[in-house]
Amino acid sequence: MNKVIEVENLTRAYGDFKAVDNISFDVKKGEIFGFLGANGAGKTTAMKMLTGILEPTSGKGKVAGFDIKTQRNQLKYKIGYMSQKFSLYEDLTLKENVKFYGGIYGLDNKTIVERTNLMIERLGLENIEDTLISEIPLGWKQKIAFSVATIHQPEIVFLDEPTSGVDPITRRQFWDLIYQATEEGITVFVTTHYMDEAEYCDRISMMVQGRIEAMGTLEELLTKHNAKDMNEVFLKLAR
Amino acid sequence: MFRKIRHIIEKEFKQIFRNKTMVGLIFGMPVLQLFILSYAADFEVKNINIFIQDNDKSPTSTELIQKISSSDYFDIKDVDTYKNGLSLVEKNKADVILSIPQDFGKKINTGNKTTIAITLDAINGSKAGVTQNYLQNIILQFSKEKLNEKIKIDVIPGIDLINRNWYNPTLDYKVFMVPGILVLLITMISLFLSSMNIVREKEVGTIEQLNVTPIKKGEFIIGKLLPFVVLGIAEFTIGLLIATLWFHTPIEGSLLLLYIFTIVYLTLILGMGMFISTFTDTQQQAMFIAWFFSVIFILMSGLFTPIESMPDWAQIVSDFNPIKYYVDVMRLVMLKGSSFANVSYQFIIIVIYSIVLNALAVLNYRKTSG
Amino acid sequence: MNTFLAFIRKEFKHIFRDKRTLIILFGMPIVQVLLFGFAITTEIKDGKMAILDLAKNTESQQYINKITSSGYFILEENLQNYSQIEESFKKGTIKIALVIPPTFAKDLGTSKSSAVQVIADASDPNMANMLTGYLSGLTNSFALEKSLINKIPINIESKMLYNPENKSVFMFVPGVMTIILMLVSAMMTSITVAKEKEIGTMEILLVSPLKPGVIIIGKVIPYLALSLFNAFTILTLGFLVFGMPMEGSRILLFLEILLFIISSLSLGILISTISKTQQTAMMISLMGLMLPTILLSGFIFPVESMPEILQIISNVIPAKWFIIIIKSIMLKGVGIGVLWKETLILLVTSLFFIVMSIKKFKIRLE
Repeated sequence: MNKVIEVENLTRAYGDFKAVDNISFDVKKGEIFGFLGANGAGKTTAMKMLTGILEPTSGKGKVAGFDIKTQRNQLKYKIGYMSQKFSLYEDLTLKENVKFYGGIYGLDNKTIVERTNLMIERLGLENIEDTLISEIPLGWKQKIAFSVATIHQPEIVFLDEPTSGVDPITRRQFWDLIYQATEEGITVFVTTHYMDEAEYCDRISMMVQGRIEAMGTLEELLTKHNAKDMNEVFLKLAR
Repeated sequence: MFRKIRHIIEKEFKQIFRNKTMVGLIFGMPVLQLFILSYAADFEVKNINIFIQDNDKSPTSTELIQKISSSDYFDIKDVDTYKNGLSLVEKNKADVILSIPQDFGKKINTGNKTTIAITLDAINGSKAGVTQNYLQNIILQFSKEKLNEKIKIDVIPGIDLINRNWYNPTLDYKVFMVPGILVLLITMISLFLSSMNIVREKEVGTIEQLNVTPIKKGEFIIGKLLPFVVLGIAEFTIGLLIATLWFHTPIEGSLLLLYIFTIVYLTLILGMGMFISTFTDTQQQAMFIAWFFSVIFILMSGLFTPIESMPDWAQIVSDFNPIKYYVDVMRLVMLKGSSFANVSYQFIIIVIYSIVLNALAVLNYRKTSG
Repeated sequence: MNTFLAFIRKEFKHIFRDKRTLIILFGMPIVQVLLFGFAITTEIKDGKMAILDLAKNTESQQYINKITSSGYFILEENLQNYSQIEESFKKGTIKIALVIPPTFAKDLGTSKSSAVQVIADASDPNMANMLTGYLSGLTNSFALEKSLINKIPINIESKMLYNPENKSVFMFVPGVMTIILMLVSAMMTSITVAKEKEIGTMEILLVSPLKPGVIIIGKVIPYLALSLFNAFTILTLGFLVFGMPMEGSRILLFLEILLFIISSLSLGILISTISKTQQTAMMISLMGLMLPTILLSGFIFPVESMPEILQIISNVIPAKWFIIIIKSIMLKGVGIGVLWKETLILLVTSLFFIVMSIKKFKIRLE
């Protein structure tokens, strides 16, 4: 079994307050791992530690085989990230954004052009490739942002609340993109506070107040907590 | 490594040139201001409104008034009483009142002493001082002439001052001010743009995306810095063209030296901007801090007021003012033709300053928080 | 009215939440007034001088003593030969050089004049002019002491009105106050309004039941309060630390300050209506306002001495009128009877800015 993420007793404290409290879990290659929880449960903090932009207070973790404390720079070539805040430059065109992000991952121009064309074709963006991002509707922007986050073909991509503020149809399309990525062998680590999105994930962990209160497949969680959907599970755990 | 930097540079350029209003502002405003403001910064005092209260109305007093009017500095008007004169000063209509006493002519012709009173509006102290100087010289000259007439000696023996004004024999203010104002404009543009730069990525959130990419702090700062160096050099070149073609400011020294110094200076100012950008959270904050320092730098640069006249502690403060060194070197090289050896002291300081600020910017730009 | 108050409260909270900006906002005027008040003077003294004394006798020594003890000059270098002069000028270590001829003593007291050479670094014309002037005064009085003819018939009695000690600080306190009020009012408002536009919250405010005009007033009131507070701090420092007089009416001064702040605020709003991003707003308000305000307002350089065309341009700079007004009230003690013209101009410019902003604002909404 090929583990892409291995986390052991990871903790992040701000004074007495533990934003992430002693969590441990593994993520297998090609999996869609859902990181669920209410706002402020510690999802984003955990993700920041895994992507190497936040130092853990204690515990250890490996992502794509690299230590999150000591091998941050090697690690960064292997991961993609899509932040909660919108991360494309509004005053650059679609193509320019792709070129920039591809460039800072060290891709050569030929590869960038190939992958840009592939992406444009796949998403059907032929007529807006030279449009400024600020003029593109939000739903499309999210899809573009996802494609940009995977332009360097990372082993794993972290998505922080990628679907917040998007209509249900676009959300559905967005998940299609995620599935497509997993078919290419990319592992997906996604946080969300939409409990219904849990059904799209292979495995789910439920975070409450910095701790992982439950983890497993959808069926496992539903049976274990005797619930009919994830909302019920969440309400039971949060109580 | 170089490839990554190149992509950042390319992106920064695209962003700068995309916003047409900004491009207009970045290039148009300095050019316009260099043209206009170079004419404004002139300490020479002209068009002084003098009101003369002539209580004598003798040929001698008329002669003195003629002497004053032939000096070109004064606009002469009459006033009947001192009190009326004062109320004119109050209304900002008069700058100075000159009162000639009743028996002025008689006393001079009989070899007695007499007194002329000058009353100045001293709110603008330097203007009042200059006006006083002008009048004293005219009156002294007039006295000498009167004295010579009486004792019939051609020359009062004494010391003649032979006065030479090197480097700017016509005392043209623009020759002095154009390089200085150019320095200010380049400094402001560079400082404002760079201090807004990183904090802007923080504000719109793109910095989070950049933080998870493998780009290193140093690469990031260099990639951001270089486009602004290029921009600064372009501004400098345009400014230099205006200075030489329009204002006929000489460039006595080496052009290469000017450019080398400008590049180092730009890295200093941009490093300072980047540093500000790394520790602020919003563009508003960054702008404030940049504004705060630029006002201090400008007013304490020695461009408008002499550094030598400041108290000692303020002179020490001004040793940390980068504009001071750059203004100094621009003038030395452009107007006096100073060589690299002449300005090596300023050069070393600027280099060290630049290294320190850029190092601070790189260190302070944290890709990892906490 | 309640909703309006709630709105203003929100704006105040925005400002007070950001502690750093707050510190800068309140600290900046204090630091700048103190720094400039103590440090900056247009007076020229301690001019660095090099002397090449070819006479080297008692009289030349007396002459040099007279010069160096005047306070206007500092003897930086004693030169040995003529060529060193250029060297020192190129290093920038001296501003003026004096060459005393070998015949100096012999000529004195006879009917022949001694020719002393003064070489000034005229790349700074003001410095050159003033230093040469001082030197010629000192030289004249030295010559008069040495010669027996001391019968200059006309005495001059000078009186410096309003500022007997000729302090530069009387110029700088009003000037610095003007610049700071201009900044806090024009720059801050232009940026906050542009920011709401940039991040899209302006649209939310516009669909709220508040009228656009009310929104703008609400946004502006906190900055009005801040500016007034800053004006108060600066004036207090001016009185207590620098001994600025307060000859005129305090109420009039307050009203004029209020008027100037309003005109700056409305200029800020106008800037924000024509700029799409914060960056543009900042570049216009900073690059566009800073140097013109410093140079064309009469803050440092007298407007009357500028070329005619610049005197005309300077009329559109509100700071120019404001500086005249506060100086006249504080130092001369005049009233509105004298200052009605300047006040009217400020009033008209404010109205102009406001009308223009409303026009631009409406066009954007359609």
